[in-house]
Amino acid sequence: MTASSPTSLDYRLRVNGREHLVQDSWIGESLLYVLRERLGLPGSKGACEQGECGSCTVVIDGRAVCSCLVLAASAVDSSITTVEGLGADGALSDVQQAFIDAGGVQCGFCTPGFIVAVHHLLANTPEPSDNDIREALSGNICRCTGYGRILDAVQQVVVRRREAGTAS
Amino acid sequence: MSVAVPRTLDEAIELLASDPQATLLAGGTDLMVEVNLHGRRPTTVVSLARVPELSMWRIDDDHVVIGSGVPYAAMENGPLAEVLPALAEAARTVGSPQIRAAGTLGGNLGTCSPAGDGLPVLAALDATVELVSAQGLRSVPFAEFMTGVKRNSARPDEIIRAVVIPRHIGWQGYAKVGTRNAMVIATASVCLLRTDNRIAVAMGAVGPTILRAREAEDWIVDQTSLADRPSQAVIDEFAERVAAAARPIDDHRSTAAYRRHAVRVLARRLLERSYR
Amino acid sequence: MSTLTSHSVRPGTLGTSAVRPDAAAKVTGGFAFSSDMWADGMLWGATLRSPYPRARIRSIDVSAALAIDGVSCVLTSDDVPGQLTYGLIVQDQPVFARIGDDVRYVGEPVAAVAADHPETCRRALAAIVVDYEVLAPVTEPEHCIAGTAERIHPDGNIFREQRIVHGDQSVRGEITVEGTYVIGMQDQAFLGLESALAVPDHDGAGVELYVATQWLHEDRKQIAACLGMPEDKVRLVLGGVGGAFGAREDISLQVHTCLLALRTGRPVRIAYDREESFYGHVHRHPASIWLRHHADRAGRIVRIEARVVFDGGAYCSTSPAVLVNGISQIQGPYKCPSAHVESWAVRTNNPPCGAMRGFGVVQACFAHESQMDKLAAAVGLDPVEIRLINAMESGDVLVTGQIVDDVAPVERCIRETAALPLPPLEPVSDDYRDIPGGSGLTADRRHVRRGVGWGVSIKNLMYSEGFDDYSTARCRIEDGVVTVKFATAEVGQGFVMLAQQIARTVLGVDEVLLDTIDTQIGSAGSTSASRQTWMSGGAVDMACRAARERLLDLIAERDGLDRSSLSIDDTDVVDGLGHRVPVVQAARGLHVDETAEYHHPPTEDLDDNGQGNCHTAFAFVAHRAVVDVDLDLGLVKVVQVDTAQDVGRVLNPLSCVGQVEGGIAQGLGLAVMEEIVVDGGLVRNPSFTDYLLPTFLDAPMVNAVFIEEFEPKSPLGAKGVGEPPCISVTPAIVNAIRQATGRELPRVPVRPSDICL
Repeated sequence: MTASSPTSLDYRLRVNGREHLVQDSWIGESLLYVLRERLGLPGSKGACEQGECGSCTVVIDGRAVCSCLVLAASAVDSSITTVEGLGADGALSDVQQAFIDAGGVQCGFCTPGFIVAVHHLLANTPEPSDNDIREALSGNICRCTGYGRILDAVQQVVVRRREAGTAS
Repeated sequence: MSVAVPRTLDEAIELLASDPQATLLAGGTDLMVEVNLHGRRPTTVVSLARVPELSMWRIDDDHVVIGSGVPYAAMENGPLAEVLPALAEAARTVGSPQIRAAGTLGGNLGTCSPAGDGLPVLAALDATVELVSAQGLRSVPFAEFMTGVKRNSARPDEIIRAVVIPRHIGWQGYAKVGTRNAMVIATASVCLLRTDNRIAVAMGAVGPTILRAREAEDWIVDQTSLADRPSQAVIDEFAERVAAAARPIDDHRSTAAYRRHAVRVLARRLLERSYR
Repeated sequence: MSTLTSHSVRPGTLGTSAVRPDAAAKVTGGFAFSSDMWADGMLWGATLRSPYPRARIRSIDVSAALAIDGVSCVLTSDDVPGQLTYGLIVQDQPVFARIGDDVRYVGEPVAAVAADHPETCRRALAAIVVDYEVLAPVTEPEHCIAGTAERIHPDGNIFREQRIVHGDQSVRGEITVEGTYVIGMQDQAFLGLESALAVPDHDGAGVELYVATQWLHEDRKQIAACLGMPEDKVRLVLGGVGGAFGAREDISLQVHTCLLALRTGRPVRIAYDREESFYGHVHRHPASIWLRHHADRAGRIVRIEARVVFDGGAYCSTSPAVLVNGISQIQGPYKCPSAHVESWAVRTNNPPCGAMRGFGVVQACFAHESQMDKLAAAVGLDPVEIRLINAMESGDVLVTGQIVDDVAPVERCIRETAALPLPPLEPVSDDYRDIPGGSGLTADRRHVRRGVGWGVSIKNLMYSEGFDDYSTARCRIEDGVVTVKFATAEVGQGFVMLAQQIARTVLGVDEVLLDTIDTQIGSAGSTSASRQTWMSGGAVDMACRAARERLLDLIAERDGLDRSSLSIDDTDVVDGLGHRVPVVQAARGLHVDETAEYHHPPTEDLDDNGQGNCHTAFAFVAHRAVVDVDLDLGLVKVVQVDTAQDVGRVLNPLSCVGQVEGGIAQGLGLAVMEEIVVDGGLVRNPSFTDYLLPTFLDAPMVNAVFIEEFEPKSPLGAKGVGEPPCISVTPAIVNAIRQATGRELPRVPVRPSDICL
């Protein structure tokens, strides 16, 4: 035996409103790894491990960040929301529905990161211009769609929310 | 092997004093890349994310103090952007929105990459870096803080507390070249400050440290009053002298020749822009 | 009957924007990609790779790795029970580089480990001691052609040499233009990294592999050979695929994962990270193409001459086929009565290259479309006129002697693209996000010049040169429930949706279940070459039609009806008297199970003079790009791309638009930013920090129209739409930059320094 198994840390994370105990983890594990491999939440995707693709976007304490760049053990006492925490009671959110309607989904690997980022964008900027949308989502890489249908999806949500707001 | 999450600056200082080998973690956007991809294996990590003193900023009459844990997103708009427009412009070019939500000026200083987007602003505006440790506080001018590629003069037991940036009366601006229209590492960047009687210009990604073009700064003051737009010949010559101060290299991102050319163009355009 | 005759508008049928059956799972994060696969007791696998482009392995010592707590096994070439090499065309790629033999590229697999945690795997890899004798790499293709390079493989340094001699060789044009064009190495850069889960059978005699791939059956054939197992002991199931674009045609981690699982007797998952992915799959061939066009004074092409060199890297992959694709379509979508082409695909110690969307035609198109603008300038025509007077038509002949008997609406593609509205000829916006350099604030509008450029292309569909890339589908109707099965790899393109559309249309049902995509049915061929709509669409259509006929037979028998009077109209079974019963109801209690294979007509190898009917079918497209260029800094923003594409028939409008917009973004990447930088065999930028993909702010506004001229050769009347969008958009963008800058720009990607220094 030349080295011990790389495990030892225990800590708690609050994800989608639920407390999770993380046991026997290795110190270097990213939040993305812990979500996917330890907490049974594989919706967040890893495609670069360095914050250059946005596929792993989650919201931590109101900030949309790349979970691959969060040291999981440092995210204690934070409120973490992943793509799994967005739909209400198993129903699709309006953003999720718009991605389907507009054709914003092809291979789907970037989709969870986009869904989280779009929810975050529209929560903070309800009436973004096209360039606002493009800039806000410029950290989310999509290799299939060329972004056209995704832009369309976000525009659809803006219109639907505006109409719903006016109606009520 | 542990991850500590101190709640006060004193606690963090104590932790670091007891274990100077500990690795400091701010936004994670540099350190975690090292861990994920480049085999960095910290044994003890001290996370600074929950130290409130580091996440504060304030605007005083003659300077602005920005805690090392303030994310770039907070500098893009609002009061900080109003008093430090060049910093706001630089902040907007940092990585992606997700990176700007997590990444901090303190992290940029801790890493000290020549391509760090915030650093040319600190150089041009003559910022100082506040370092704290169990030994107390010391302030280091940015020019003395960054000593080389990913090297700085902070001791292992010191924490970057804040950056103090003087408020200058005049125009300031920032520009950065990369080969993509968003989310790109700088191949060259320039920050320019123009007051009524002087110009300061700093360059990123064209040398081992952030470079000030002091010869060009002195030269233009000798040539002309800055109150009115200098002649095009003076502007061009100024840009030429700025470019001459660059010490760029060839790498996979670009060539030395292009980088030198780019700072020439940016210096010219920023000076022109300062008169519009 | 092989064609659909009615254009139904019933939701979910052919011609409508039916919703993907996997869309809801994909937006909620519930869709299981291959990287999400998990099994009880699972171990992690990892691969040790060569750090050298060329070196001899003297020895490998794995003892220190095996001694690490948590490490279950370490494998080298000595542990491969079957064939030691694999490959799509030639089996020259080692499963692991052999001791005493050479590694031939940076990243070549040398050993693999299985352990309890990814970090344990990394420690184990670091503990393996490989003694290398470093050798000088061969990295210059011309040295291979000249025969001056050291032979780096027993098969030699040439994968294929092919010439084309066509038509009257004495023809000379009154006008000639020429140039040498260089295409950089592009990466497919799918987002869903290579990953697989292998689960060994309890008796160790077989294995099940969940994997993201483009072609399950070809994978199985190669895996089984290397495992030394009969094919029926290796079962493949498609794991969710996060994009492919050619990079999953070759084997990467498949054999390694199965070997580790069989050795440890436990499930094993391997998942590459991004850097490993750059080493783990083949790339688009870098190429150098010299082209000379001969034309008469009016600008009509009378002859082309070409010299084409593709760098295939260390192992063969599909290099011979990529080369033939490129040279056989090097005339572009234009008439050309005479040609002389010399070409080589060579072996070097650079990264292996193979399939990527466009498959050789991307390289050829950049060259011929650059030439068309030169020719236009030489004869005083504009870029549209020169392309119109040379436009290929159905019945024209390729330089291979093959007659293009497809619908060939090249002229319409050009005219309909030209008819789309152009933006203003000067930039108008002061928003920094509309200006080259974006948030870098490098320029003001006055620093920017706008350019417009054109590109038009031809692309073969399906495999070529005698290959029978058939597809299989099965349709079952049980108690009115329709289930369709196929082995077609769904990689994001939407075949799962198309299969349902076909079944709904043919069978008159709304609910169509899809069976698991695996090897428990015959091959579907590869999800490549724009072929699945045609080939697997054809197979599903055949199977559903056979099931429909059988169902009507059974209904007639059961109900004592005149079989010849029965048909399905909309969702009803209709008899000769006009009585209607819903299909779902009529099918109750009946069981139908039909399997069909669709084959395209046979093709031929090229002969020594490059003559032969080597291709199956062709599609055409035109692109017009509008770009803004910062002349001083060389930064580019692609403002708008307009396109008209020959699709035969639109089967799903939203899906077609998605393919077009996505392809354009990839072609844009090759034009201005995407390149794997290789220096002395070393990859300098194997990460998304330095291999730049277009972001949202780089993507242009796209206006697309579809030319719908029903293709009689196609089972659904439709042509594949996947590849054409990414082919001629690259030269269209570069021609636009040339127009704005006056620079020759013979190389892609165009770098800022190419424009301003």
